Amino acid sequence: MSRVPGPVIEVIDLRKSFDGLEVLRGVSLAVARGETFVVMGGSGSGKTVMLRCIAGLLRADAGQIRVFGRNIEGLGEEELLPIRRRLGYVFQGAALFDSLSVYENVAYALREHRRLPEREVRRRVLHALSLVGLDGDVLPLLPAALSGGMRKRVGIARALAAEPEVMLYDEPTAGLDPTNAKLVADLISQVGAGVCDTSIVVTHDLELARTVADRVAILIGGRFATAGPVDAVLASPDRAVQAFLAGEAR
Amino acid sequence: MDIYLRRTTMWYGGLGLLGARVLRNLVLPPAYARHVVREIEIMGVRSLAVALTAAVFTGMVFALQSAVNMARFGAEAYVGPVTALAILRELGPVLTAILVGGKVASGITAELGSMKVTEQIDALRALGVNYVKRLIVPRLLAALVVFPLLTVLGDVLGVLGGMVVMYFERGADMYQYWNVTTYWVVPKDFLMGVGKSVVFGFVVTLIGCHNGLATTGGTEGLGRATTATVVHVTMGVIVADFFLTKLLLSLFW
Repeated sequence: MSRVPGPVIEVIDLRKSFDGLEVLRGVSLAVARGETFVVMGGSGSGKTVMLRCIAGLLRADAGQIRVFGRNIEGLGEEELLPIRRRLGYVFQGAALFDSLSVYENVAYALREHRRLPEREVRRRVLHALSLVGLDGDVLPLLPAALSGGMRKRVGIARALAAEPEVMLYDEPTAGLDPTNAKLVADLISQVGAGVCDTSIVVTHDLELARTVADRVAILIGGRFATAGPVDAVLASPDRAVQAFLAGEAR
Repeated sequence: MDIYLRRTTMWYGGLGLLGARVLRNLVLPPAYARHVVREIEIMGVRSLAVALTAAVFTGMVFALQSAVNMARFGAEAYVGPVTALAILRELGPVLTAILVGGKVASGITAELGSMKVTEQIDALRALGVNYVKRLIVPRLLAALVVFPLLTVLGDVLGVLGGMVVMYFERGADMYQYWNVTTYWVVPKDFLMGVGKSVVFGFVVTLIGCHNGLATTGGTEGLGRATTATVVHVTMGVIVADFFLTKLLLSLFW
């Protein structure tokens, strides 16, 4: 696995529209190795669209996206696959494979991309689940039998099992009760301090941002209104930022 | 009208692009042989009853109608070859494709569409899995095996059904019926139908996969996509049949 100097993920002037509606109007960011970068914004502000563009799941209309030093905007689906294998993507709704058990979900990437004996796959699956605070009892369960919080944790375990270099979290605490939201926030911190030290977290949860962020950016009107260390952003004099933060705090 | 034209163009364009991606992915690893076998079981074994019941009753009713009407101008002796030719060249492959295709393709659309709206396909992509290779190619390869096999079985039962109904309803001599049939029917007739079924299998499955992947609009959109697949498959088979027949006749007849 090649290590690149400079930012592991760099986005320059990213633009994306849907049916003439401009969602992203020139977003730029750079995430260094070892950093947890949090993007905040209200519903429909384009956070998820930005994250999906970074993972190559959506095509940007304009701008540059560099992942591990490689421009991805011109790459085809097959060329993107090796890059995506180095990213761990956690979906807002977990997006677990509903016909597969928890074990098969977490083992999926290991079975697809690595020729490992089943015993080793099982060991890694159990390890990934232990990282998210789940034990072997959940292995045979189907996703439908899990609570919302457990589904999120299995989604994180599935992404972690592939040993990614960068984690991308899409609204990891959305739809969770405060206890589960805190649990997931602590989990992201632990993951950042241990197995995968570089993350981009997209959220509207201020508490989550405070817990995990090294830097925060606030996406308003398709652009970053402000970006920087958490305390600096929270103290930003920008009225739109303060209005957003006041809204989120309520 | 403008929107309708744009949608139609995009649908055909999407179908063509998916077909091209499937062909390119055929040669890429991994082979997913286990999944192909599983799909053959799902498509083939579970569609056997539908395909064979339709074939045997079509053969019987065709023979019965032909016998009554051909008897009016003294040609009842030729009911056997007429029935066999109709089944081998047209009814066998077309009915199998419409019945099995409708069932199989709508099932594929529902499954892939559900995966699409619940972001499971994006989850596969995010895990670095080639979803065309994993989800589409095994189904298409399975269809290339299943549709000809079901057509051959349907052909056999259709022809036998015609013979049996002629024996019981019209008192035909089975030995003579078989002799006249085999005299007039040549291997080319059989191969033409089987060749068509291979193309139908590909077209039908590709439509099912494309409509599933193009599903938008949640569960309501899923319902729309599944219904559209049944219509597209039926129309696709009927239209493709005409052009295939023209092509095969000009090439081999």
